[in-house]
Amino acid sequence: MVPVIEVEALTRSFGPIRAVDGVTFQVYEGEVFGLLGPNGAGKTTTVRLLNGVLKASGGRARVLGIDPAADGCALRRRTGVLTETPSLYERLTARENLLLFGALYGIPEADLPRRVDRMLEWFELAERAEDRVGNFSKGMKQRLALARALLHEPPLLFLDEPTAGLDPEAARQVTDLIRQLSHQEGRTVFLCTHNLPEAQHLCDRVAVMDRGRLLAIGTLEELSRSLWGGFQVEVDFLEPPAVPVADALRLLPDVTDVRSEPLRLTVRVTGEATIPAVVEALVRQGARILRVSPRQPSLEEIYFEIRKEAQP
Amino acid sequence: MNGRTLLTIAVKDLKEVRQNRAAWIPALVVPLVVVVLLPVGLILIPGLFRATTISMTPLSADSGPIGMMRERVPALDRALVGLDEYQTWVVLMTGYLLAPFLLIFPLMFSTIVASESFVGEKERKTLEALVYTPASDGELFLGKALAAFVPAVLLTWTSFLVYGVAVNAAGWRVMGRIWFPPASWWPLMLWVAPAFAALGVAVTVLISTRVRTFMEAYQISGSLVLLVLMLVLGQVTGVLYLSAGMALSVGLALWLVDALLLYFGIRTFRREALLVGG
Repeated sequence: MVPVIEVEALTRSFGPIRAVDGVTFQVYEGEVFGLLGPNGAGKTTTVRLLNGVLKASGGRARVLGIDPAADGCALRRRTGVLTETPSLYERLTARENLLLFGALYGIPEADLPRRVDRMLEWFELAERAEDRVGNFSKGMKQRLALARALLHEPPLLFLDEPTAGLDPEAARQVTDLIRQLSHQEGRTVFLCTHNLPEAQHLCDRVAVMDRGRLLAIGTLEELSRSLWGGFQVEVDFLEPPAVPVADALRLLPDVTDVRSEPLRLTVRVTGEATIPAVVEALVRQGARILRVSPRQPSLEEIYFEIRKEAQP
Repeated sequence: MNGRTLLTIAVKDLKEVRQNRAAWIPALVVPLVVVVLLPVGLILIPGLFRATTISMTPLSADSGPIGMMRERVPALDRALVGLDEYQTWVVLMTGYLLAPFLLIFPLMFSTIVASESFVGEKERKTLEALVYTPASDGELFLGKALAAFVPAVLLTWTSFLVYGVAVNAAGWRVMGRIWFPPASWWPLMLWVAPAFAALGVAVTVLISTRVRTFMEAYQISGSLVLLVLMLVLGQVTGVLYLSAGMALSVGLALWLVDALLLYFGIRTFRREALLVGG
């Protein structure tokens, strides 16, 4: 795996406040990496530091092999950023906006009109290309801002709340696009969001940030394992077992937790290898098993557990 | 510095100003009044007085306030030698007293565009996307400064041209020749006017970090017009005569102030300060 972003003990202070506090992580080529956290967690400051828009107070960062603090201009030529607010020139038309940013991103003049047309088509804005952006709906503005971020075909995209304020249909279009950019085109996506179901749907790995500090980082499985240790399995019964079966399971060496309902047991085990032993023990007790399914905790459960553990 | 980047930023800023009527309508109306209506009126109205036999004695070379001015400013006196009363009026008013008024234009034009460009962008929250582009801080600054400076100077020179045509055309029957512009106008237009345009940009950049809206910036930087009014007052009272030499000196002083203010302006214009301060 090739790291596209390498951050080590990155720190940024504003007076006495440490907006980013000794953060260390890596983002790999082609993955969708989610940075989660409440407002004021330090997500936007991190994006600004990684694009050389702010200078770090300490630590180091390399993005696409470039030091953002030393050569921000060269770096920004290869990154695309969707800011939290679309930051579009509302008095200009959609086409004028894209032509302006295309020129600033150094797209050759001969190539620029064609690329702008293609982006307008792709984001279904071609019919409104000559309209002033001030008359656009929020969803259209968001699509245009995304088109602007992609216009120069950057290998690394920073998307800050890309679906905020969009209706479900428009949000779906955007998330589909992000998956396409990552999975089909191999671009790396650095996603800042509050939207946990969306992050779960999109991200290969996530990091949770709060008050400038990185609380956890990993895939959903890794985070779940580090929080609760191992896997969770749900066992559904055809009928309530004649004898209490939970106690028998608790005796098994690799079972760490058992929760019992009339027609379901939720069993936590240290590894996948324990699952056959669980099933065997239940059958031995006479339980009539309908279904055994591994249960992955949702990102929301993981996120709140991480935040809970981080509370002083 | 990338020329295409500078031009792109400057053109974008001017397109934005074009869409803000509150910004450019006064910039058209004021020059129309000062460049056409005022000089043409000043030239033609005394003609009406003469037709009705109202005396032009106050214009006499030897008496009244004009006589006093001629006495105080020998260079002016020399410029008016051999002219009759009406010609004296025309030359004095349109070639001498109105001259500093044209210096309002470079200030007005540059502060309108600079306020729109440096502060309006912050007000409309469009800066964030701009700072994520590869344009350097210097390119962002210079592109915006050029958008304010170059059109201000060009519009001033256009106003000067229109003024010259209006004054020569309206005064043709009085003067019988093309007499405008007198030599003292060239350094005013070519040296002092650009210095005033640069002053408008520099002051707006400096205040841009402390104000939040276009109107706030425009009102504060617009108070620079007081400098021009001081020149007008100096001319009217005979304390100051904007001869070619004086214009060169005033221009030099302004350029030095511009250089100092722009130095501090460039230091404050960093994308980090724009985001964090904004």
